[in-house]
Amino acid sequence: MPCVADWLNNPFSIVQGIFAQNVPNSDWEKKVTEYFKEKLKENNATNWVPSLNDVPVHYLKPNSLVKFRCMVQDMFDPEFYMGIYETVDPNTNARVLHFGKYRDVAECGPQQEIDLNSSQTVTSERQTFYCVPVPGESAWLSLFVLNPQFYAYISASQARVSPSTSYTPSRHKRSYEEDEDMDLHPSKQKEQHMGNNCSGGDIHGCVEPKRLETEASAGHHLISPNCSPPLDLNFPLPGEKGPACLVKVYESWDSFKVNDVLEVYGILSVDPVLSIVNNEERDSSTLDPMECMDTVEEQRVHSPPASLVPRIHVILAQKLQHINPLLPACLNEEESKTCEFVSNFMSELSPVRAELLGFLTHALLGDSLAAEYLILHLISTVYARRDVLPLGKFTVNLSGCPRNSIFTEHIYRIVQQLVPASYRLQMTIENMNHSRFIPHKDYAANRLVSGVLQLASNTSLVVDETQLEQGQLDTTGVHNVTALGNLITWQKVDYDFNYHQMEFPCNINVLITSEGRSLLPSDCQVHLQPQIIPPNMEEYMNSLLTAVLPSVLNKFRIYLSLLRLLDYSISEEVTKAVEEDFVDMRKNDPDSITADDLHRTLLVARFLSLSAGQTTLSRERWLRAKQLEALRKARLQQQKCVNGNEL
Amino acid sequence: MSSPASTPSRRRGKRGRGSNPLTPQDARSPPSQKRRTDDSTSTGDLQPIPTSPPAGVQSPSAHDALFSSPPQFRHSAIPLDFDISSPLTYGTPSSRVEGTPRSGVRGTPVRQRPDLGSVRKARQVDLHSDGLSEDVVATEQSLGQKLVIWGTDVNVASCKEKFQRFLQRFIDPLAKEDEDIGLDLNEPRYMQRLEEINMVGEPFLNVNCDHLRSFDENLYRQLICYPQEVIPTFDMAANEIFFDRYPDSILEHQIQVRPYNALKTRNMRSLNPEDIDQLITINGMVIRSSQLIPEMQEAFFKCQVCAFTTRVEIDRGRIAEPSVCKNCNTTHSMALIHNRSMFSDKQMIKLQESPEDMPAGQTPHTVALFAHNDLVDKVQPGDRVNVTGIYRAVPIRVNPRISNVKSVYKTHIDVIHYRKTDSKRLHGVDEETEQKMFTEERVQILKELSKKQDIYERLSSALAPSIYEHEDIKKGILLQLFGGSRKDFTHTGRGNFRAEINILLCGDPGTSKSQLLQYVYNLVPRGQYTSGKGSSAVGLTAYVMKDPETRQLVLQTGALVLSDNGICCIDEFDKMNESTRSVLHEVMEQQTLSIAKAGIICQLNARTSILAAANPIESQWNPKKTTIENIQLPHTLLSRFDLIFLMLDPRDEAYDRRLARHLVSLYYQSEEKMEEEYMDMAVLRDYIAYARSYVNPRLSEEASQALIEAYVDMRKIGSGRGMVSAYPRQLESLIRLAEAHAKVRFSEKVETIDVEEAKRLHREALKQSATDPRTGIVDISILTTGMSATARKRKEELAQALRKLIQTKGKTPALKYQQLFDDLRAQSDTAITKEMFEEALRALADDDFLTVTGKTVRLL
Repeated sequence: MPCVADWLNNPFSIVQGIFAQNVPNSDWEKKVTEYFKEKLKENNATNWVPSLNDVPVHYLKPNSLVKFRCMVQDMFDPEFYMGIYETVDPNTNARVLHFGKYRDVAECGPQQEIDLNSSQTVTSERQTFYCVPVPGESAWLSLFVLNPQFYAYISASQARVSPSTSYTPSRHKRSYEEDEDMDLHPSKQKEQHMGNNCSGGDIHGCVEPKRLETEASAGHHLISPNCSPPLDLNFPLPGEKGPACLVKVYESWDSFKVNDVLEVYGILSVDPVLSIVNNEERDSSTLDPMECMDTVEEQRVHSPPASLVPRIHVILAQKLQHINPLLPACLNEEESKTCEFVSNFMSELSPVRAELLGFLTHALLGDSLAAEYLILHLISTVYARRDVLPLGKFTVNLSGCPRNSIFTEHIYRIVQQLVPASYRLQMTIENMNHSRFIPHKDYAANRLVSGVLQLASNTSLVVDETQLEQGQLDTTGVHNVTALGNLITWQKVDYDFNYHQMEFPCNINVLITSEGRSLLPSDCQVHLQPQIIPPNMEEYMNSLLTAVLPSVLNKFRIYLSLLRLLDYSISEEVTKAVEEDFVDMRKNDPDSITADDLHRTLLVARFLSLSAGQTTLSRERWLRAKQLEALRKARLQQQKCVNGNEL
Repeated sequence: MSSPASTPSRRRGKRGRGSNPLTPQDARSPPSQKRRTDDSTSTGDLQPIPTSPPAGVQSPSAHDALFSSPPQFRHSAIPLDFDISSPLTYGTPSSRVEGTPRSGVRGTPVRQRPDLGSVRKARQVDLHSDGLSEDVVATEQSLGQKLVIWGTDVNVASCKEKFQRFLQRFIDPLAKEDEDIGLDLNEPRYMQRLEEINMVGEPFLNVNCDHLRSFDENLYRQLICYPQEVIPTFDMAANEIFFDRYPDSILEHQIQVRPYNALKTRNMRSLNPEDIDQLITINGMVIRSSQLIPEMQEAFFKCQVCAFTTRVEIDRGRIAEPSVCKNCNTTHSMALIHNRSMFSDKQMIKLQESPEDMPAGQTPHTVALFAHNDLVDKVQPGDRVNVTGIYRAVPIRVNPRISNVKSVYKTHIDVIHYRKTDSKRLHGVDEETEQKMFTEERVQILKELSKKQDIYERLSSALAPSIYEHEDIKKGILLQLFGGSRKDFTHTGRGNFRAEINILLCGDPGTSKSQLLQYVYNLVPRGQYTSGKGSSAVGLTAYVMKDPETRQLVLQTGALVLSDNGICCIDEFDKMNESTRSVLHEVMEQQTLSIAKAGIICQLNARTSILAAANPIESQWNPKKTTIENIQLPHTLLSRFDLIFLMLDPRDEAYDRRLARHLVSLYYQSEEKMEEEYMDMAVLRDYIAYARSYVNPRLSEEASQALIEAYVDMRKIGSGRGMVSAYPRQLESLIRLAEAHAKVRFSEKVETIDVEEAKRLHREALKQSATDPRTGIVDISILTTGMSATARKRKEELAQALRKLIQTKGKTPALKYQQLFDDLRAQSDTAITKEMFEEALRALADDDFLTVTGKTVRLL
């Protein structure tokens, strides 16, 4: 049996072995996946696999097995590759079969040639996804790499490859040089093109030769702080870091969708040849008709330098229900381990809930009603769609927030500590007018340019409206606000494909903090009534976070992630009761109770039951939900009276 | 060309398909192949006579393009350089045996087909590896009729013969008017086409593969599998027939056959390695087209020393530059002369799959197309096209100096034929008939469904099940989805009759109007959703903008044009500003949009149904006011809606109870049931699509009578009280509704029950929206004039009273405004508001009885 290091560090040797054994049959591919599946099932084996999320690419060994937790940002066209090819040694005429799966480059020895006409060649198809780390992933996620040996791995590899660590700044270098090249050698480039490229026309553009120079001048020490990143890695949220990756999927790619969160296990490919390929190709074979196919932008996007955007050839991929590392990855009932975990946690649910409520009450300046609603909001999720209507979304508008950013900022920090992925969107005129909310297709580069609203499921989006000043929204601003409104109401984002729009359903928890009622639609408005006004908000909030024990915090995290995944039902009996209640309420006050109110109360009841770990609605919960709603409404009424005008 | 190596996939299993599996022994005509290998290195002036069609087509002498120039120039330039008009270019061994007269071909140059052969020399055939070497001699001797092209089962002679038979005999039994304008349907279709070519001079023969399939299944299969070999054979056959018939005809070049509508692949997503080098047809949208690329076909070299010239054909995108001059033996003296080299036009086009083909949640795929010669610049970004071409895959060489090859193939399609799907719409033919293909079973299911007694109720309850009750509104929307029959009265000067049904929903906020709109928008394939608040007139109609790439002015269409043949949902209709709304007037009755801006004057089709939702002006519906007063929309616009529904919040216990039950069930229903409902939506969609494209009901005699009666009845109701309660527009609405209801039943005839339902629905809607709140009588004039007849009558009475009052005052030339008002109020027994008083004054002023200046009223 090969030792651990073998399948981890040199998976190709395993694949080669299986390939050689089974070659005329086509089932070697299946055997490979099965082998790795078995391997990863072993105790803690998944933790042995280094993760691209935590380890910088340059510390990872090329062609080793890695894992990557990511969101599918874009899907490229399927590509045909040589599944099996044959090499020939021109001297001895010896023929060898190779597999092309899991590889970018068909390799052959120094004395060999690839026989493109061989009858043994098998063409196969694979799909490329452009993947980015889950947008807005909380920092605490990476603290839970459970395996201490893993750290050993990092430090060891660090020691081993330390001389090459200078690779990272090359991002900055590159762009500077590109700019410089532009300025210095435009004429030169042109000449080059005229000379080589009589058939290319204009569409070739003139960036490619420049790259060559960039590579050549890699020894220069030009680091300029003021340059923009050369290659837009297309992260949905501004200021995101982390590796973007071209993930090559070999099977059942139809089941994956844009914005799915995946965990992939695959072979890392950072072959520098992939980057050089582009340069030389263009240089040497300018007459090749195939070359004028793609624009420069497209080339750059679809085959970026492997050092910036590594390739992963997927052996195993699975969709993730959640990205919380504190929970077992998939919560299906069959596995006894998960069952145990769930039931254990359920038994201590109510103290956790009480603690969480207390914690959030403190965070919301002593307002327990708002804290209650915040819990409901945090465990809400779109569990179904009825024709166009998303069910289970629960957008909370927290009005009455103090008009300084400190409070809202800290609320966000607390949310961030609790959920695996979140983003704080500051509603300022400037932000609205200048940021890109809706993803749109860039046809020149043939990719989907991401926008803020391209988020994975169950991401918490905290919209801070307290910062909004008077001012004018321009066209982009209006579009952005509309998109945000649509997201809240229908839980979908219309991606802009220039000639048409495509609707992408999403599942995003939106929390709006505002002073008065928000200008965005919301399911439920809670007016904050602070009980304590701390003299120093900053200090108060900071102490709050430091006071809570990490273990308790973890429980909160498990609590919120787990409850989202529970099922729920309403018994016939309770349905009757609800019916009666509604009819009565309508009788007493037909004007203030509408179908919407019933909708909302049912939602509140649902999440209230779930938050207590109950998967069916009981009469008490229903009454409690009604009570909460009544309290909330009374507050709004009060607020109306205070202000003297309608909110 | 049979380049087996470029068809990596074909090796896997593809070969063995069909009745005669191809063993290497079968494939025995490599001579042409071998020859071609030689050709590529030989110089242009010494052409051996090609022995097989592919070679003939591609032999260097076939070049007529001199640099990438317009055809006229090319034409005149040909004779100068080399003799192109070899009559033998299409000669084949078989044709010579038959002794086909080729005199007619003389004078018509051959045009090479880069669409077929751009990778023609991609790889030479490795005879040794296939153990064919000993066969070569044998086949050369036993040529005859048994000749097949290497790697295929195509026998040139029989293939040609079959195709000629097809051309001469094929009569399309299913021919429809749409594309055969001016063709006699009972004559062989393609012979008429050839005649057309003779007259028009456009040397392209488009062949519908579907026709070919119905004529000769085997030939069709060959065409699909080996287009590179078969199409030149077709060319040859077509030319022979053509020049037989029209020996004197002069064409720009020889006829090229362009097959289209291959059934092989319809969807970009289903392309797979099996399709490589086969003829495919896919749909998609052009997203980008490159500029024209002059592709070098043949390089021209000249020796710097002795001025000896030579031509080198481009091999796999590379020029084999001669290092030694053959004439004077000087090394490295040959220089490339650009303007004597030959180029052909080429264009790269990116095609993206059409939005309908895209599975939810995935991004669209794209594929690259190469268009050659005439097909360059035939399509523009944004066009929906139907492309027929050959699918290619080419390996990417990493680096010529390193033997490694990037293990990925680049794929593209060499375009043979384009068909714009948009342009067809200009003819007024609903493309959905072509696009939406229903399987037999599906049609059967739909027909079964249509026979059900309660189909109408069934469908209407399947519509937006999450929205509770509002049965009549759902029925109205259902009829709108089906639409009436389109009638054309152009010859009587009336133009098109509107077949689309427009519906306005108004009512209290929070009565799920928006949700209904969203549902409809999601249901129909060509729906648009806009909000009155956010849309401008240009956004709805069309605007002219400068394309950033081409700097051309282009017409961008807005929501109304985009939803041609669909439904345009407009939310917050009341919030729309005046100028925007005025655009709708034309659309809602004439179904066209006229645009005159930036030098572009045109009329676009906008045959769209409009489903609008409006909120009352006071945010709550005021039952004491009329519809017009509640929503403040001009009556000119309101009268264009066939149905106007009120969505009010009913105050009713039973209703509340049902609503509560409905809502609660939403919150715990199991996934399965959801799934079921989703199926319903798919069925509903198909049902509607089928009815819209295949059912075209006409009025039956009884139905016409019933309609007439209904209309007369409606008129009568009002005439008793001296007012008009129906206008011809209402009659038209009734007809449309009745037709739509017949469509629901898949009935080709509108019958009395349809009229009954139309009447009922129309009355329901009227009852809701056109009831005069003061009298409780349904009064259509509320919608047509904005004021109920009683209100108008009252106004008149008041004016008369005022006149009398003034007359009793005697001969005072001027009166105090306030005084008069007070007097009138004292005299009248009903309350008179200031507005009413002013209105009365104005009415009198209009009669030239008095004038009002400031605070005084002067008699005239």
